[in-house]
Amino acid sequence: MLSPQTPETKPVKLSVRNMDFRYGEKKVLDGLSLDIHAERVTAIIGPSGCGKSTFLKCFNRIHEVSSAVKVSGDMQIDGVDIYRGGIDEVDLRRRVGMVFQKPNPFPKSIYENVAFGPRLFGMKDKATLDGIVEDALRKSALWDEVKDRLKESATGMSGGQQQRLCIARALAVNPEVLLMDEPCSALDPIATAKIEELIVELKENLTIVIVTHNMQQAARVSDYTAFFWLGKLIEMDLTERIFTTPRERMTEDYLTGRFG
Amino acid sequence: MPAAISYRPRRLSRVTDRVMRLALWGLALAFIAVLAVFVGAILKQGWPVLNLGFLTRMPETLDAGGGIKPEIFNSLYLVALSLAISLPIGLGAGIYMAEYAGQGRILRFLRLCIETLAATPSIVLALFGMIVFVQMMGWSFSIRSGAVTLALLNIPVITRVTEVSLLGVPRELKEASYGLGATRLQTILKVALPYAATGILTGLVLTAGRAFGESAILVFTAGTNTSQTFPDFRLTVPGETLSVHLWYVTSDGTLPDAREIAAGTAAVMIVVLLVLNLSVRLLDRFIRRRTR
Ligand SMILES: Nc1ncnc2c1ncn2[C@@H]1O[C@H](COP(=O)(O)OP(=O)(O)OP(=O)(O)O)[C@@H](O)[C@H]1O
Ligand SMILES: [Mg+2]
Repeated sequence: MLSPQTPETKPVKLSVRNMDFRYGEKKVLDGLSLDIHAERVTAIIGPSGCGKSTFLKCFNRIHEVSSAVKVSGDMQIDGVDIYRGGIDEVDLRRRVGMVFQKPNPFPKSIYENVAFGPRLFGMKDKATLDGIVEDALRKSALWDEVKDRLKESATGMSGGQQQRLCIARALAVNPEVLLMDEPCSALDPIATAKIEELIVELKENLTIVIVTHNMQQAARVSDYTAFFWLGKLIEMDLTERIFTTPRERMTEDYLTGRFG
Repeated sequence: MPAAISYRPRRLSRVTDRVMRLALWGLALAFIAVLAVFVGAILKQGWPVLNLGFLTRMPETLDAGGGIKPEIFNSLYLVALSLAISLPIGLGAGIYMAEYAGQGRILRFLRLCIETLAATPSIVLALFGMIVFVQMMGWSFSIRSGAVTLALLNIPVITRVTEVSLLGVPRELKEASYGLGATRLQTILKVALPYAATGILTGLVLTAGRAFGESAILVFTAGTNTSQTFPDFRLTVPGETLSVHLWYVTSDGTLPDAREIAAGTAAVMIVVLLVLNLSVRLLDRFIRRRTR
């Protein structure tokens, strides 16, 4: 984990400046500015309803699929504006993968779940697909458990396995960023520990943004932590600093459970 | 501090529960009994008439001993043709309404139109078909007039069933698909439609069954005669179906064995419908296992 003594060496992957977000007339995010570094884990914490999920979804524009939304201000990936930089949202979603709060495997076989993404982009060759599927399942620490039952339905797996399958599915299209919205909230401590281990391994070559209500989890896995409150960014810093010497009184109160 | 509330099971609620269960059970049983008696009576009356000759002979117009070979063919042919027309249209319209139209006034109006069309009595469609296809287009009483009018009966139902089934696809699944970089079309084809397939299939069977049993529309568009060659795939010849035949022989009254013919025809229709429903049930189970 990054400590205050070592300087940041990784470039900024995602940058947000003065970003407002509205569902229809309702303002949900208000004047956000922050940077997310490549190959780091950034945790987002804050009370329920403060806009964490909404913020996450802005990075791959997935909310555009179902609701009328309005984003103003700048959001960039590798210096290119996500909303106005001429990025194709379908390509953006391939580059910026997402793992949801509730495991949502397709009602298909384990193999088909992982192969779904590559197939979308025209990958047909059986041998290559097999390789991609195995690789993704290994990365998500699921391979040994499922290698003999790849043809079985994914909906018959346990919740923790399903969530790791969803991670494998996201990894199979080789994303640059992985957004995780409370990925462990439906899991038991053992499954949670597995996924946390995974996160630490995956950040070797992936930028990870994770929303969590579990402060210990944020402290364990993340390099940076951002604290949101009512749609505003109250404070963002190295996780170590946020948890030991936060600058804002509110952050400290929240972390010690004195409000929220 | 208020006294602790004690929660005791209430006798009454348990009794109501039991009574309700018994009542529902009784209703279901009564329904099955009525159905069994009904189907049994039809099959029993038709049984003596049912033999290979009845199924493979041409119908007679004046003498006893006619068969229903062309009527069986016409029934199946017309249902297949009408589905071939209405399935693509209904599916397309349903997909459009569920996935592309968005919300708003136009969609609500469209939905109202479709529901009205779905509730239109078939005799109204029959007269419409006769005026437009039989007379104005000059297609006369023919398979094609029948198939197209029958399609008008099917389209709203298939549209609605498709729309409802697609709206029932969990949002999480669609999000998962979009999240991997799928386009809207890919999401519809690879995620939404497979999930909705069993619902659409059920709707399709209901539609096929209704079309198979439909008489009013076909009396006025496909006619009460049938081609003398068999099997006749031409679209321009008249094509009397089983249900039309059933109606015609009993109301016309020139056949000495009209009663027997009617009983046999009814039995054949029931058997066909049973087989249809049963095979679809099996197919549905197969699909469900792979898509849910
Ligand atoms: N589709 C939507 N349409 C309108 N308002 C929405 C929509 N989704 C969320 N909101 C609103 O936006 C605000 C932020 O919601 P969001 O889901 O981002 O919160 P959150 O921080 O993720 O909360 P939680 O920790 O409970 O998941 C809430 O007030 C919510 O009511
Ligand atoms: Mg949330």
